[in-house]
Amino acid sequence: MDTMKYLFGAYTAIWIILAFYLYSISARERRLREDVDRLKRQLEKK
Amino acid sequence: MDLKRSFRLDTLFWALLLPAVILALYMAFLEAPREITMKDIQRIFYFHVPAGVAGLTAFTVNFLASLAYLATKKRKWDGLAVASAESGILFIAMNLVTGSIWAKHEWFVWWTWSPRLTSALILCLLYVAYLLVRNYVPDADRRAMMSAVFAVVAFADAPIVWFSIRWWRDQHPSPMLETGGLAPQMRPALYTCMLVFLLLMIYLIRRRYFLETAQHDVEMLERQIA
Repeated sequence: MDTMKYLFGAYTAIWIILAFYLYSISARERRLREDVDRLKRQLEKK
Repeated sequence: MDLKRSFRLDTLFWALLLPAVILALYMAFLEAPREITMKDIQRIFYFHVPAGVAGLTAFTVNFLASLAYLATKKRKWDGLAVASAESGILFIAMNLVTGSIWAKHEWFVWWTWSPRLTSALILCLLYVAYLLVRNYVPDADRRAMMSAVFAVVAFADAPIVWFSIRWWRDQHPSPMLETGGLAPQMRPALYTCMLVFLLLMIYLIRRRYFLETAQHDVEMLERQIA
């Protein structure tokens, strides 16, 4: 039972680290899209 | 690369990755036999070892891309270098965390300052420092140049990580594939997991590379508008 607890912990850690990184990339992509929209608006004003 | 082609490649990656992940989980948990001495905790190896291999591969890509940048000064190499550095940190972090959990079960300690563990931690911290250096240099050309030099120097630790368990006496298990420590029935699971981690590494580097180049384009556009 103790072994399974450690095994489960290790696999959960892998998924958490991966999910965290994918979320971080998605957040940066979202910010970039917002920047592009802002630049488009600035260009339209000019 | 045009957006349509990039989207198609992304879809292809997911089409490959999803069944490959399911297959890897099946191989690691159900197909591979239970190890006699360590029992089920040994199954951590099917993800711990491939994470380490993927991490070192990503740092090798970072090293080669940094050399290419120093030789050509082309922006794309700097983009590839930063993308692979981030992926490398991710996989080495997975490797360190899973290794630490295994160590707590087998050695009764979370951490020991053995050559392999210490050199792997230093490698991870070196690339965290690499990313921090990039954040503090506003000029794009200077940033690319400084980080390329830093990356070439930092990579000196990668062979030390790889060879540490061959060069010195270490508490860390010796290389299983070379010493025959892994039973032939367990090898397909390890190879499948290794393939999955390498595919995931390519996918993540690719996605981060496109983000980096797009960020650079936006930066340039902002300067032109201002």
